[in-house]
Amino acid sequence: MIYFDKVSKRYTDGRPAVEDVTLSISPNEFVSIVGHSGAGKTTLLKLLLAEERPTEGSVFYESIPVHDIPLHALHHFRRKVGTVFQDFRLIPNKTAYENIAFAMEAAGRTDEEIESDVPHILELVDLGDKAHHFPRQLSGGEQQRVAIGRAIINQPDIIVADEPTGNLDPVNTYEVVEILKKINELGTTVIITTHNKGVVDAIGKRVITMDRGRLVRDDAAGHYVL
Amino acid sequence: MSTRRVLSAGAKSFARGGVVSFATVLVMTVTLGIIGILLVLSAILDHTLANIRDKVDVNVYFVTSATEPEIEELADKLRALPEVAEVAYTSREEALAEFRLRHAGDQLTLQALDELGDNPLGASLAIKAKDPSQYETVVKFLDEGTALTAGTASIVDRVNYYQNKEVIDRLTGFIRLSERAGTAFVLLFAIASIVIALATVRLAIYSSREEIGVMRLVGAANTYIRAPFIVAGMMAGGIAGLIVLVIMYPASWYVSAKLAGWLGGFSVLSYYLTSFPKLFVTLVGAGVVLGAVASFLAVRRYLRV
Repeated sequence: MIYFDKVSKRYTDGRPAVEDVTLSISPNEFVSIVGHSGAGKTTLLKLLLAEERPTEGSVFYESIPVHDIPLHALHHFRRKVGTVFQDFRLIPNKTAYENIAFAMEAAGRTDEEIESDVPHILELVDLGDKAHHFPRQLSGGEQQRVAIGRAIINQPDIIVADEPTGNLDPVNTYEVVEILKKINELGTTVIITTHNKGVVDAIGKRVITMDRGRLVRDDAAGHYVL
Repeated sequence: MSTRRVLSAGAKSFARGGVVSFATVLVMTVTLGIIGILLVLSAILDHTLANIRDKVDVNVYFVTSATEPEIEELADKLRALPEVAEVAYTSREEALAEFRLRHAGDQLTLQALDELGDNPLGASLAIKAKDPSQYETVVKFLDEGTALTAGTASIVDRVNYYQNKEVIDRLTGFIRLSERAGTAFVLLFAIASIVIALATVRLAIYSSREEIGVMRLVGAANTYIRAPFIVAGMMAGGIAGLIVLVIMYPASWYVSAKLAGWLGGFSVLSYYLTSFPKLFVTLVGAGVVLGAVASFLAVRRYLRV
């Protein structure tokens, strides 16, 4: 489903962020990418989302090279991928409800669909009572749950989560991991990056370890080893 | 893409923009205020120049023996000229009455006139051209025209153009210069204020650059991201235009009251009232267009994710 073919990324200062990475991810997998800060985890995800262009190699999504998709058509690809970030990246002047509804509006869904799906998703991430709060009125864990709601609302093929628990306390971390596991069980491919050992061990699925831009381990049912 | 969604998203983001929206409206108000002042100034200039133009005319004095039909014939020919705006006929009797009135206190002159018995004054035509620069042509026509009609002797005694030529030429030059300077001034200030408005909207949208990036990542098409910003920009511009219109009412009343004498009979208040539709369309229209263009350009920078 996803295939990185000898992908390297060097930033303008010449430092390689990702070097010669080849890996493939099948449908319905739950992949954790681990490594120290600066190991290239986030860059790898940005390459997948076509936020960054690789210096060498290609990234394929269902045999389409994602970096060949023109800018004006990129949103069609992005609707198939739900994204969650460490810093949540909610739209600050929209309420929790509107943040989730925005992803549906952007995908051109009807008002009826929005009105029936958004409350449902808010219940799923346990925010039914905070639908009309703005992001600044929500805690970190609540904001991240809104972001997850936004990521899954359009039933994407893949969820990409970059350090989703990085800014959260243990209780919220546990909740977020549980939600992601549930999403994966319902048939969505999930890719997360983390440097939290507890998270990786709690998931107990495929672990890819990166170090200084290179892929150093790939374990089918791995643990956090560094 | 539903228009209603775009409109409501634009209105919401404008309303929730708080200080940023307020600052944008404020700067746009100043911009449009300058444009409003320029409109009034150019109306004052037009009025003043029209006044000056109106004071310029050329008089043709006829010999006392010229008959009324002869003069009427010439006046008709003059009226047919494209350069001529108006031809006014003063008969010998009217000229005499006017003369008597002007010298009402001067017994000596009136006595001399009475002793003369006959009316010594000739009839005259006062010609107004559409533009002061056209008098030359009119006078040239007169010279040739009278030469033709006068089989025996010319009925024209004298034309006062040649005495006034220098003054008329200088005035024509002054009017042209004022008009050009006025246009340059208006353009300069309009451009400067538009640049300021563009920069402000750009700053307002700069604060939303991350939001735009997020929208891209969530899978929104560029047009869908851009449209609400354009709506918000149009709202800011439109509101600023309305504010300027409202402020202009008491301001023009005040200016009219204080500067009526200075402006040579030009009333800023009555200009405001009579030109209200034009001012409304110009100011609100300029605000809306400015807001839309500025937002379009500003958002474009951040859509390349």
